[in-house]
Amino acid sequence: MATTTTTVPSAGPVVGSRSFLSRLREGDEIARIITFLFAASVVLITLLLVFELWQGSVLPRHKFGFNFFRTSVWDPIFDQFGALPFIYGTLVTASVSLLIAVPLGIGAAIFLAELAPARISDTLEFFIDLLAAVPSVIYGLLGVFVVIPLMRDYIQPALKNTLGFLPFFQGPMYGMGFLTAGIVLAIMVIPYIISVSREVLLSVPRDQREAALSLGSTHWESTWKVVVPFARAGIMGSIFLALARALGETMAVTMVIGNAPVISASLFSPGYSIAAIIANELTEATSDLHYQSLIELGLVLFLLTFILNGLARLLIVAASQRGRGMGNA
Amino acid sequence: MHASVRPVLSLKIPPTVTNAAARETAAALSMRMTISKLNFFYGSKQVLFDVSMGIATNKVTSLIGPSGCGKSTLLRTLNRMHEAVRSARLEGEILLDGQDIFTQDVTSHRRRVGMVFQRPNPFPKSIFDNVAYGLRINGSNVPISDAVEKSLRRAALWDEVKDHLHKSAYELSGGQQQRLCIARALAVEPEVLLLDEPCSALDPISTAKIEELLVQLKDLCTIVTVTHNMQQAARISDFTAFLLTGQLIEFSPTPQLFTTPGDPRTEAYITGRFG
Amino acid sequence: MNSRLRWRKFVSGFMLTMTGVCALVSVSVLFFILGHLVYHGGTSISWAFFTKLPAPVGETGGGMANAILGSAKMLLLASLIGVPIGFFGAIYLAEFSGGTTAFVVRYAADLLNGVPSIVIGIFAYSIVVLPFKHFSTLAGGFALGLMMIPITLRSTEEFLRAVPGALREAAMALGASKWKTIVTVIVPAAYRGILTAVLLAFARVAGETAPLLFTALGNRFWSPGWNQPTDSLPVAIYRYAISPFEDWHRQAWAAGLVLLALILVINIVARAILSRGIAVPRS
Repeated sequence: MATTTTTVPSAGPVVGSRSFLSRLREGDEIARIITFLFAASVVLITLLLVFELWQGSVLPRHKFGFNFFRTSVWDPIFDQFGALPFIYGTLVTASVSLLIAVPLGIGAAIFLAELAPARISDTLEFFIDLLAAVPSVIYGLLGVFVVIPLMRDYIQPALKNTLGFLPFFQGPMYGMGFLTAGIVLAIMVIPYIISVSREVLLSVPRDQREAALSLGSTHWESTWKVVVPFARAGIMGSIFLALARALGETMAVTMVIGNAPVISASLFSPGYSIAAIIANELTEATSDLHYQSLIELGLVLFLLTFILNGLARLLIVAASQRGRGMGNA
Repeated sequence: MHASVRPVLSLKIPPTVTNAAARETAAALSMRMTISKLNFFYGSKQVLFDVSMGIATNKVTSLIGPSGCGKSTLLRTLNRMHEAVRSARLEGEILLDGQDIFTQDVTSHRRRVGMVFQRPNPFPKSIFDNVAYGLRINGSNVPISDAVEKSLRRAALWDEVKDHLHKSAYELSGGQQQRLCIARALAVEPEVLLLDEPCSALDPISTAKIEELLVQLKDLCTIVTVTHNMQQAARISDFTAFLLTGQLIEFSPTPQLFTTPGDPRTEAYITGRFG
Repeated sequence: MNSRLRWRKFVSGFMLTMTGVCALVSVSVLFFILGHLVYHGGTSISWAFFTKLPAPVGETGGGMANAILGSAKMLLLASLIGVPIGFFGAIYLAEFSGGTTAFVVRYAADLLNGVPSIVIGIFAYSIVVLPFKHFSTLAGGFALGLMMIPITLRSTEEFLRAVPGALREAAMALGASKWKTIVTVIVPAAYRGILTAVLLAFARVAGETAPLLFTALGNRFWSPGWNQPTDSLPVAIYRYAISPFEDWHRQAWAAGLVLLALILVINIVARAILSRGIAVPRS
């Protein structure tokens, strides 16, 4: 019996396998090239930025090596540059800010995700997002005229009276300093913790909560012992994001920290941060070594935030995947 | 432990149980829970219509019916899980050991009526901590590790995990995770155990193991399951309730419902004409 | 109910109330900030504020007209840099690119997004200010434009991707080429989201100060053209706030109110556009 073979026509327009000429004729190839150039420029800009930071800090890297991070003398006159006071200040203010912002932020996120009815939760989240949009110089403005007097006249004396036996709360009280900067930073990073944590908590599968309740948990127990641990990767991610923001923050910090390259255990002491000294001295650097030391500080800041942001992204992605996949084998 | 179970004889035996012999059997048994004229609403939409039935002590009762018939909704009222949904509203009475469950403290009630869910949902903790969870929050008179072992044995999981108690629960297979969830629920020694399609996400071998387990567990507590799988209901349950669009069509001892169903709709469902 | 259960229920109620307090405190900060700005700066906002140049140092009066204009010029330039790169780059990512290229571009954009603004300032300083040997509006606009790129890029890409495949296939089945499909079908379908992305990026950089410190520097007078240093609202706020003059403090408050009002309004409008109806149904 004779058999006939038929070729099945391909279904639909098969893009990508059309000839180069036909693509060119229809303008697609041009469009592809043009848009590619724009996309590539983003990569080029980023590469150039990293290159500039690296090249621009070659002098101090060769001259000081790792001692740059261990010395605390910053003296433009004698060309001695040590980064320790600024690293110290940056880390201390960031730590203080997290100590305040993390409990407040996670607490608020729990309220928004677990307790508040959807409409209230969305409205409050809207306000939190607006808070995240407030520029840092405005926080600085409030820092200078509202927070500093508050600290100087009320909060610092109160802390000294109650906890003055601790080294953190001793010394003269100017109103500005590590603690003030930490408090202002805390207010700035809370929105990040709240919005990311809230989303992660909302994505925890309902039956985790229900399983806890069905075992006789109270509402708080099911939230704190089951839902929050389930979301812990994402919450950690939000904390890293907040930390990255706190480390890189310039204006609000420089307006309230006192700008003195001092290392002190007292939180009342004025200090300095990496971003603040770059802001204050870059345009007036007295020598190439001075200038490039500031660039090296910028490089340090870049690397720190790069690592933290990367980790944060990984954690947040992992958290949302776990919600979807339930981690089943 | 609450007051001992009083046999409730002349309970509202639903009129759908037509067979006199069956009615006698039901009357002779004690009812751990009774549901009377239950009407259930999500907002303005009514989902359950005048449901009345009894849950016999130390027996397996299955709720069957096509998707959307309300069987899961009915199950969830028994441990008051519906209260997590704001728009849920309930009329009627549900009694546990003769007491209205809505007058009790909800946290205590849920310890007495436990639940296992459709998809295995162990907590992000170790195997040990999963089972110990209920014990730790409620407080336990016996050492926790003993209680954990007892529950895992009862769930037929002990031998498989006894050397790995501190590994994450997520390393277990699906069937093992579900047995872990059963162990977790058993640890607080509930009087009633509710299971919402416990095997629907599992392979046939795991399903068989859990079915066997449920039959053994009824000596320990009263069991109510919801299942899509009629053969499963026929295999393991003592009583079966058939629901259709929110109404209880028929409620009888299992052999009778499957061999001589009283209602034509029941017959149509179990012979596969719909659903 | 035994006493242990009573305690657990008490703890539950207490802790959940505390979370409500946390939420309340966090949200009230926004109103606290707004309240202070209105209280301290509201009275100083006048026609003079918007039209006059700063008075000589030490004298009262004067306004911030040059700072406002400077900000406007730099934001315009920033948009001219940031929006096209972000928009066309996003089209490439959503419509043309393969997996690896897309990954690299996205990674670079996310990296750029995370760079602290002061480091962006350093970068702009070293490649625009140093070679030309002076501070300029151009440099300031460039720095701000860099910051707009990643925000516009990633958001636009997301909205383009959200356009259902069915729309694309329908256009192609009618014989439209790829770029025609993009121009006539996909972009119009996603326009709300793209507009929102641009507005939010704009609002974000409108408040930036640090990068401008090394690029546009500041200027107490008008700054004609693009090659001279110029003042801007955020930098003026900074300078006036840390100065010793009462009158300047007053003006800093007023400027802060104007700046924040602008940013908040743009944010609210952007979100309203988006929620008015996502032109693209979520799949």
